[in-house]
Amino acid sequence: MENIGLSHFLIISVLLFSMGLFGIITRRNAVMVLMGIELILNAANINFIAFSKYGNFGYNGQVMALFIIVLAAAEAAIALAIVLNIYKTFSTVNVDEIDRLKD
Amino acid sequence: MNIYDIIFYLFAAVTVISAFFVVTTRNIVHSAFFLLFTFFGVAGIYVLLGADFIAIVQLIVYVGGILILLIFGVMLTNKITNVQIKTGTMQMLPAAIGVGLFAGLLLSTVVNTNWKVIPRTVPLPDAGTIGTLLLSEYVIVFELLGIILLIALLGAASIARR
Repeated sequence: MENIGLSHFLIISVLLFSMGLFGIITRRNAVMVLMGIELILNAANINFIAFSKYGNFGYNGQVMALFIIVLAAAEAAIALAIVLNIYKTFSTVNVDEIDRLKD
Repeated sequence: MNIYDIIFYLFAAVTVISAFFVVTTRNIVHSAFFLLFTFFGVAGIYVLLGADFIAIVQLIVYVGGILILLIFGVMLTNKITNVQIKTGTMQMLPAAIGVGLFAGLLLSTVVNTNWKVIPRTVPLPDAGTIGTLLLSEYVIVFELLGIILLIALLGAASIARR
């Protein structure tokens, strides 16, 4: 078995990304779609840090990962506020039943 | 197989298996708890990649913040006494085929590409260097992120109380 290298981390990242995509496509609950998005952002973060280490980019990749984490936090807060509002209006958070822009 | 490899495979297994359960478990609260293990596994992978500070930030922000927000979202948008908390899925088979093909394409690309790996010259991971980078090279992005966080705070509050 070969040593742990860049491609091992990239494979983890690919698997996380694919499962996040699968969750976004198949789940009906809006909160589950958010969880899929978090998985995808984590996959991107692993890629950034792995390339930062093996490509010898110093700490630049880690700083980018930090930015992504901050954006993920902001995105989760806004998205949950929107989901709460949708629940108040439609009494459901299933994304396939919410098909009206106004009452 | 040295200790580094064993720890890597351990964290990789935790990450991938719990991520699989996140997207397949029907109970949404269970999904949220499996997401916790996924975040822990990803934090372990960050440590293996020499990014200690990012790993700690991952634990604090994701586990302490985002996951709690998600669980709040679940609790506030489902009647717990209802069976509604088990959410439906749709288009399982086409999605599985499509995502499987996509993952296979990405995996073959990752495995077959001859990545140019440069041996690492950065000495030890430390938060001070990241802080210096944030306030010198990336200072504009840093300030913009501060503004974005402020806007997100105000926007989330104003949207949620309407």
